[in-house]
Amino acid sequence: MTAAPPTGMLELRGVTAGYGQFTALWGVSLRVSAGEAVAVVGPNGAGKTTLMRVISGLVSPREGDLTFEGQSLARLPAHEIVAHGIAHVPEGRRIFPMLTVADNLKMGAFLRSARRGYRDSLERVYTLFPALAERQKQRAGSLSGGEQQMLAIGRALMSRPKIILLDEPSMGLAPVMVLRLFDLIRRVREEGYTILVVEQNVRQILKLVDRAYLLEVGRIKMEGRADELSEQDFVRKAYVGL
Amino acid sequence: MIDPIFIAEAALNGILLGGVMALLALGLNLIFGVLDIVWIAYVELVMLCMYLVYFLVTGYGWPIWLGGLASVAFGAVLGVAVHLLIISPLLNSAAINQFLATGGLLFFLQSFATFLWTTDHRTVRLNLPIIEVAGMFLSFARLIAFVVAILAMIGLYLFLRHTFIGTAIRAVSQDRDAMRLMGANPQRVYVVTSAVGGAMAGLAGALLIIQYSVHPYFGAAFGPLTFMICVLGGLGNMVGAVVAAVIMSEIISVGGVMMSTEMGYVIAFVLFIVMMFARPGGILAKRE
Amino acid sequence: MARLTAAAVLAIIAAAPFLPMGGMRQYALHVLVQIFIWSFIGGAWSLMGRFGLISLGHGAFLGAGAYTTTLLWNFWGLTPWLGVLVAVAGAVVIGLVLGYPCFRFRVVGHYFALVTLAVGEVVRLLVIAERDWTGGSLGVTLKASAGEASLAAIQFADKRVFYYASVVVWLGGLWVWRRVDRSMARSALEAIGEDETAAASVGIRVTRFKLGITVLSAALTAVGGVLYAQYFTYVNPDTLSGIGVSLRIVFAVVLGGMYSLLGPTVGSALTIALSEYLRVLFGLKFIGMAETIYGLVLILCIIFLPAGIYGSLRAAIARRMARRRAAPA
Repeated sequence: MTAAPPTGMLELRGVTAGYGQFTALWGVSLRVSAGEAVAVVGPNGAGKTTLMRVISGLVSPREGDLTFEGQSLARLPAHEIVAHGIAHVPEGRRIFPMLTVADNLKMGAFLRSARRGYRDSLERVYTLFPALAERQKQRAGSLSGGEQQMLAIGRALMSRPKIILLDEPSMGLAPVMVLRLFDLIRRVREEGYTILVVEQNVRQILKLVDRAYLLEVGRIKMEGRADELSEQDFVRKAYVGL
Repeated sequence: MIDPIFIAEAALNGILLGGVMALLALGLNLIFGVLDIVWIAYVELVMLCMYLVYFLVTGYGWPIWLGGLASVAFGAVLGVAVHLLIISPLLNSAAINQFLATGGLLFFLQSFATFLWTTDHRTVRLNLPIIEVAGMFLSFARLIAFVVAILAMIGLYLFLRHTFIGTAIRAVSQDRDAMRLMGANPQRVYVVTSAVGGAMAGLAGALLIIQYSVHPYFGAAFGPLTFMICVLGGLGNMVGAVVAAVIMSEIISVGGVMMSTEMGYVIAFVLFIVMMFARPGGILAKRE
Repeated sequence: MARLTAAAVLAIIAAAPFLPMGGMRQYALHVLVQIFIWSFIGGAWSLMGRFGLISLGHGAFLGAGAYTTTLLWNFWGLTPWLGVLVAVAGAVVIGLVLGYPCFRFRVVGHYFALVTLAVGEVVRLLVIAERDWTGGSLGVTLKASAGEASLAAIQFADKRVFYYASVVVWLGGLWVWRRVDRSMARSALEAIGEDETAAASVGIRVTRFKLGITVLSAALTAVGGVLYAQYFTYVNPDTLSGIGVSLRIVFAVVLGGMYSLLGPTVGSALTIALSEYLRVLFGLKFIGMAETIYGLVLILCIIFLPAGIYGSLRAAIARRMARRRAAPA
């Protein structure tokens, strides 16, 4: 199994963003280097999902800059940002419920650049996630939560991304599924993909990533290497982990 | 008592008509399923395409199949134009505004056609044979129209199932934002959908002009019928539309022979209303 | 202040037929009668429209009303004073038949609009089908009563009588609108319009309220149809039922403002004025051009003035007020 091209340098500087009157992020700066796995952790309502949506273009930042591989992405619409190599696995998975697993994956390769190697990508995803291969013709809506998450990640891989954004992947999953899921993410990591993951499940995710940021009420409160951060009290006490 | 052979003939004609009506209903349904908007002026677009074929064939001597292709292309262009000019600005408006805008288009097209071409009925005289099958007389034109309609529907099915853009059309109505994350611009998908819906109107126009005469108020007969078929089959439900199209066409055809043309329509519409009570979501909808 | 203006306006309306207008009087009265009748009908429609019950088939009630009194008079000499009761009953029945299953089974939104469209078309087609007594597409003329004026037959050669009659009916419609606006039913219906399930869960009898307002709207529309038939003495399935007239009613109300008392009146006045202007402008020269422009104006208005004239004005005024408030003293 060949690795995806390990490029991907994402940088946010002083990003402020929100919805209407409400501001969810205040001057957020972070960085993800090629090949890294970075986590953003924090409690509910901290702005983690908004952060993801800003990066993938579903929300426009009011202030600040967003660059990827040196190019500014701040004002681009979502469908163009994908073309730059950023794949977003959204919160709640957002798979297409009435389409089959195969069709969902096909949609992942919608980009012109991804269509050509579509069959190869499909093979790779099926090898990585054999459970999906078994359920190719099944309607995505009838899959279990864990399988849907698998599908969402597989779908993101179909676009041959340089960086994958994972938004609360463990949300709504049974504990057993969560463990399997993190294993899955580890496998994706091992393929060489650059990952930015947002998670509430702090303890588990810190085991997977290189670095992490702590986001609280829209601001970065702390950052550092994952192993250092997991020593911190806040990790032990404040947030629920498995 | 009417000779049963006439009824059988009417029944057969009903199915043949049903094929073309199904094509119309599918076009409308496609657009509704994806955009959540009913083009009230849909059959008026068909009417325009019918005029196009009429003029190309009788005025310029084009062969009918070429006229048909032109009609499909023209329909696609009309579809895109309607979307960009009228629907796009109103995508997030209240439904009533969408009804009024497409309704305004209905007035506009009907009157403009009257202005341009008067209310005279125009027919394309093709001199296609009448076939006799087991004592029943069938118009060859109608048979061809039916076959072409079926082929077109199969084509549409394959398009939606297997192509990237076809799958995207199916996906965008399920989750527009997720589609964005796939790198698809929903606006572009809508335009393609409108083009396909328009193309189907164009094809339907070509198939109808060889069976009926066209006049500016053609939509007055076929328009409401198309809507009813769509609703009866379940708005957005493709299979339902086909089934409903055949049922309604059958009733109109057989009722038309047994009573009068208008009564045939009346019965079909009354059936529609009754079915709305029995199955408000459409005949193929699951019971709530 | 408002009362004074209202009184002044009413005085002008009452005096209108006697104001000097030269040879234009008959024409002016004719247009005004139409405006009042259609304003009344528009108001009736808006009783449903304002609560989210968008009907594209009010032609059914209009046609039912107009044809009932006309046919009853023509065939059995029944005075329209009684005929209107039959007409209203008929419209109520149609309203119930339409409304009960729809509301019971939660047929809403697009489905409901298309079902109403179907009903409108059914009435139109029924009229055409039964051409033996309805005259089909050619329509039917109200049989003339003896003499110049007949109260029993509600036929008057003098337009002024119809003028005052239509004003009275119009005022009646405004009164009904006001009553509904001030009633408990209004809050219930607004709650239903916003969230049916939530409304039902607090004990609001959704079906009953919706049926009630539908029946009211149908009955009033039928009365409008009767008045129309009596004035024009000619009814025709295309002018009185079917999607064309239904859409026109909706357009007039939306343009003028669906949620205000005088919205339907303003909208009807504008659309009729536009219609007449175009008709006079093009005359018989370019048949169809008047309607074409009407359709074009309709489209443009909806795209650029989605809240109707009244709504857009209010929004513009609100913006100006906000700017004034925001500016430093």
